[in-house]
Amino acid sequence: MITRDQIVQWLQAAAALLAEHKDELTALDAAIGDADHGINMDRGFRKVVAVLPDLQDKDIGAILKATGMALISSVGGASGPLYGTFFLAAAKVADGKDLLTGEEMALMLEAGAQGVAQRGRAQRGDKTMLDALIPGAQAFRTAVDAGNYVLDAARRCLAAAEQGAQDTIPMIAHKGRASYLGERSAGHKDPGSASSCLILAALHAVLSSP
Amino acid sequence: MKKLINSSENVVCEAIAGMATAHPHLLRAHLDPNYLWRIDAPKPGRVALVSGGGSGHEPMHGGFVGPGMLSAACPGEIFTSPTPDQIFEATRAVSSEAGALHIVKNYAGDVMNFEMAGDLARMAGIRTLNVVIDDDVAVKDSLYTQGRRGMGTTIFAEKICGAGAARGYDLKRLADLCRRVNSNGRSAGLALTSCVTPAKGTPTFDLGPEDVEMGIGIHGEPGRRRVPFAPADELVEMLALSIIEDPPYSRRLREWDERLDTWTDVEITNAVFAAGDRVIAMVNGMGGTPIIELYIVYRQFAMLCERKGLSIARCLVGTYITSLEMQGVSITLLRADDEMLELWDAPVCTPALRWGM
Repeated sequence: MITRDQIVQWLQAAAALLAEHKDELTALDAAIGDADHGINMDRGFRKVVAVLPDLQDKDIGAILKATGMALISSVGGASGPLYGTFFLAAAKVADGKDLLTGEEMALMLEAGAQGVAQRGRAQRGDKTMLDALIPGAQAFRTAVDAGNYVLDAARRCLAAAEQGAQDTIPMIAHKGRASYLGERSAGHKDPGSASSCLILAALHAVLSSP
Repeated sequence: MKKLINSSENVVCEAIAGMATAHPHLLRAHLDPNYLWRIDAPKPGRVALVSGGGSGHEPMHGGFVGPGMLSAACPGEIFTSPTPDQIFEATRAVSSEAGALHIVKNYAGDVMNFEMAGDLARMAGIRTLNVVIDDDVAVKDSLYTQGRRGMGTTIFAEKICGAGAARGYDLKRLADLCRRVNSNGRSAGLALTSCVTPAKGTPTFDLGPEDVEMGIGIHGEPGRRRVPFAPADELVEMLALSIIEDPPYSRRLREWDERLDTWTDVEITNAVFAAGDRVIAMVNGMGGTPIIELYIVYRQFAMLCERKGLSIARCLVGTYITSLEMQGVSITLLRADDEMLELWDAPVCTPALRWGM
């Protein structure tokens, strides 16, 4: 089971990881985009952390909805609406809940990834955050369906997402600003897939702490 | 790199505050969320024109707020699209019962944020339509990319539709006009240097002294290909021919359909330029190009147009859409009919474009 407090810790840990890797994300974006991904994600998650204290007696759905809204109103670019949609879609699954089963967490990750795909009209293989989010959500689902604990599911989810992000390196981008580079976008990891891995790494870290 | 800023976090809000201080008779600045809006908005019976995008492209869009052009402009962070709540607040501030038209450049972030803002505005009872500008010929296919980017035609659309709005065109007619401007406009750009965002502090891409980046957009992103540095006339010929000889271009753009009350993909095809066409021509500096060089570019551009039988009815040479301090140029051609030319000539009074009043 995943508690409401663990969800709050997840968001805080994600903010810390994104701040720590801000320059790295920006450097990835400089290669095939416009060199601001780390800066924008850091700004957005600082805003998320700032609204969390107001949500102390709220359920997980409300926390994730506020997270989505904070990201939409502060990140800008394409990442703002996309990550915002991820958390808004996840929030619908967690509406009114203070505790999540592995099954519900799997549904949340799937709904989030599907929301991003619809908003961005993108699919796996386009060299976007979906190349990390979709395999991550699938691995979480497979582990839960096999009866594994959520910590194990989160570990497999992170591993699959990291492999997915790694697999974006040879891809030619079909969406977003990197797509303008055509074949020159190959040879670089997609910055959105990298930030998605950090968010899933935060989930894994929180679930592994005693 | 040295920059005249105080802190990278405050660049956008200090700049828009400065704009409002410089032009108090035209516009005011709203901070948090950030937008610039006309002092006389909303105007009853007139459609509001709202645009926006990342900052770092000044004078676009804030420099085009005023009578005869935009009602409001929403500046995002540097090279980062504005957010839906920001665009919605600006739209609400300037809209009368006649509604609002969102003019959106075709970048993934801008498109998504304006779509969400349009949804918010309609939920609040404001009639809102959107037109996406995608005029950059460097992008050849729309199937495997985001499609063509919005460049110089954006200025033409904002000026011409601004004049239409001032004359009392209704929302549907204005959206149709804006779409017609877009499907008759084409742009291409090149860069001699990269640019430096205040937050990063180093160039966005490396460009050697012997290289020119062809097919750039407006965000300091690398272009489609690199070519060896050459005299201006040769570089301008590459750019100009890529526009004039651009084949018909079809793509699907998402627009709000009022009748069906939903988003729909609209198939739009650009025709090709042909001898005898009347055009409005623009040579635009990317921020770090001296005016003297822009005229050298214009000289060659006008000569090539003449050689191809295009008749330049109006022109604009100057710095209108920039990528910070990038050295480079973009050129734009709009095939203009009588209505467009008449609206182009109509009075306009904004910080960056002013004539007839």
